[in-house]
Amino acid sequence: MAFEGLAERLQGTLQKIKGKGKVSEADVKEMMREVRYALLEADVNLKVVKEFVKNVSDRAVGQDVMKSLTPGQQVVKIVKDELTELMGGEQSQISFSSRPPTVIMMVGLQGAGKTTTTGKLANILRKKYNKKPLLVAADIYRPAAVQQLQTIGKQLSLPVFALGTDISPVEIVKQAMEQAKEEHHDVVIIDTAGRLHIDETLMQELKDIRAIKEPDEVFLVVDAMTGQDAVNVANNFNDAIGITGVVLTKLDGDTRGGAALSIRSVTQKPIKFVGMGEKMDALEPFHPERMASRILGMGDMMSLIEKAQANVDEERAKELEEKFRTQSFTFDDFLEQIGQVKQMGPLDEILKMLPGAGKIKGLENAKVDEKQMDRVEAIIYSMTTQEKTTPEIINGPRKKRIAKGSGTSIQDINRLLKQFEDMKKMMKQMTNMQQKGKKKMKMPGLDSLFK
Amino acid sequence: MSFFKKFKEKMLGSTPEVEETVSITNKFKEGLSKTRNQFTSKVNDLVAKYRKVDEDFFEELEEILLQADVGFETVTELMDSLRFEVQRKNIKNTSGIQSVISEKLVEIYKAGEDDIAELQLEESGLSVILFVGVNGVGKTTTIGKLAHRLKEEGKNVMLAAGDTFRAGAIDQLQVWGDRVGVEVIKQSEGSDPAAVMYDAVRAAKSRNVDVLICDTAGRLQNKVNLMNELEKIHRVISREIPDAPHEVLLALDATTGQNALVQAQTFKEVTNVTGIVLTKLDGTAKGGIVLAIRNKLHIPVKFVGLGEKMDDLQPFDAEKYVYGLFADGLDLEDAEESDK
Repeated sequence: MAFEGLAERLQGTLQKIKGKGKVSEADVKEMMREVRYALLEADVNLKVVKEFVKNVSDRAVGQDVMKSLTPGQQVVKIVKDELTELMGGEQSQISFSSRPPTVIMMVGLQGAGKTTTTGKLANILRKKYNKKPLLVAADIYRPAAVQQLQTIGKQLSLPVFALGTDISPVEIVKQAMEQAKEEHHDVVIIDTAGRLHIDETLMQELKDIRAIKEPDEVFLVVDAMTGQDAVNVANNFNDAIGITGVVLTKLDGDTRGGAALSIRSVTQKPIKFVGMGEKMDALEPFHPERMASRILGMGDMMSLIEKAQANVDEERAKELEEKFRTQSFTFDDFLEQIGQVKQMGPLDEILKMLPGAGKIKGLENAKVDEKQMDRVEAIIYSMTTQEKTTPEIINGPRKKRIAKGSGTSIQDINRLLKQFEDMKKMMKQMTNMQQKGKKKMKMPGLDSLFK
Repeated sequence: MSFFKKFKEKMLGSTPEVEETVSITNKFKEGLSKTRNQFTSKVNDLVAKYRKVDEDFFEELEEILLQADVGFETVTELMDSLRFEVQRKNIKNTSGIQSVISEKLVEIYKAGEDDIAELQLEESGLSVILFVGVNGVGKTTTIGKLAHRLKEEGKNVMLAAGDTFRAGAIDQLQVWGDRVGVEVIKQSEGSDPAAVMYDAVRAAKSRNVDVLICDTAGRLQNKVNLMNELEKIHRVISREIPDAPHEVLLALDATTGQNALVQAQTFKEVTNVTGIVLTKLDGTAKGGIVLAIRNKLHIPVKFVGLGEKMDDLQPFDAEKYVYGLFADGLDLEDAEESDK
């Protein structure tokens, strides 16, 4: 039940416009209806959507969209840019106190992931910022919440300050501050109990904790799957205790995460981190542009490109390109490519990052057969050097030998050889096309001579 | 003053101190205790005051439903069928609309079935209830509350600590076990949850337990390995007792948006979910997505969670829930107006 992205949604509207030549105000209005729908499906709050759509249509109607040759893409671009801008600049840093210890308070609803995030944050602070954090177990209400933080502390070999569940959280935090000073901890992270934003008694408790020592950061931890109510939660917490930033958790799920936009636009506070998994290192900086793409269902192209860049050597890529052109691409090069793709991580995850991949039928649940790649590798490893560079020489007996050596069948060998041939052909076509294209660019108007 | 605001004033009585002091939680609980008759007659009173059924009216209704997380598709469907009804019955003023609205909503929800909120347990012998859901929705808390409820009904209850992954999860269930006074079958953290289930089913059988409630670790539905693990847990239980698990309950956080639909679908594919427990309904979120889930996947809500105390688990009542959708929507409107 993957939801359609905005780009796909706009297709229908654009089909109608195509023949018209000009885009009318009514067309923009219709496109904006699709924008509204896409945002609502992504759980952006209705009021935020309304305001957003109004702003965007003002921009769209007033501007180049009408003249644009590809109004659809233009609209998507405007929408995406606006979203990115709304969600704020690139990842914000943590503000540390000039007089340690820096105090960080974690607040939020029940089950948002405060305790897990507390652990992850402490881990980052130690690893990246070289800090010596103290974790404070101030959730005395939920059964075994203290044990949970203690277990996480043990996993990370970090100290946890706990006084059980019979002492008030305010008192716990007071004593924790003393201990932090004595033991020279430069960061104190307070894990507070999950509470409803309308629970006045418990909100007062947060205010009291806050009053002990002005915290440098108050992070509101919010589940990325939160729906329309995100605005109420964010508003109430912000009004009551004044948050400084937001951590969006469980973003490794398949939710669109429109709550990010809702929270941002009602509190104006930056989203500082996103939780990407249950492991203790799965806390990442927030990227507004990626989030915008995600909300619009456009795939996470940036992450894909980053992954590719991290794993592909640019020089080697140029060499490969040269080989494509000169037709000297061999099985050795093929092997190397497979290796690179494998390094990027599980293939089905990579596929999911592709824009529009969610729309291809069957692909949403596609499990790429990694074993098939292993088989191909085994076959190539069973070839001689000569066979790898000039596969034409592979005849019947050689195929038999390769099959035996790689534990595959002759059919497998044939299939691979054919694929390799097809690939080469395709490369030839592609490089030819590119060259033709270059010529065209160099001599504009040349093709008109032949008309 | 809008139609819905008036609607609320009628529903709750307009004495100012009541409006000011009663928390939303209490209002909702009050709502739950109202009978259907009262509900209908009060709506009758109210709607009589509103004059026309026009586009403004529909738009307002639509927005309230959207803000309750019902979801665009289901809302559109509902609005269409409402508009059709209004036209067909030639309803010009609001005197006929109230029953149409509530009927339509309840109709979409019930889809011709009655008693869908009842737990389907064995008359005699062991019944197994398996809890599933994503992280942090309140599975363990709900299990504690359900255990209490079933024990009050005179059942012999046992719990299985199947969340061997999350730090402190086993302790958390044990605290609930002690509180309610039921036995908890557990192994150490990190052990195979399917093995815990096997032990628990064996123990439940030999100790003549009526209901065994199994906790599982929270998992996001797009994690293939974790969903496979859940499938295995399910398989182990049904191998020991052919009809088990008798109920597979998906715990769903009322604050969840449209992703809840994907959750319900994926968990249903893997474990054949038979019902939903809508948790954290004591906040300001309405969990309207359960209407869409019922509509598309035919999974009914069986219980709602209204707090962290032992008796804060109530059976789901569609009519009262529909009332709650509006009541809370009205509070929002109220807050806004007082902001202005």
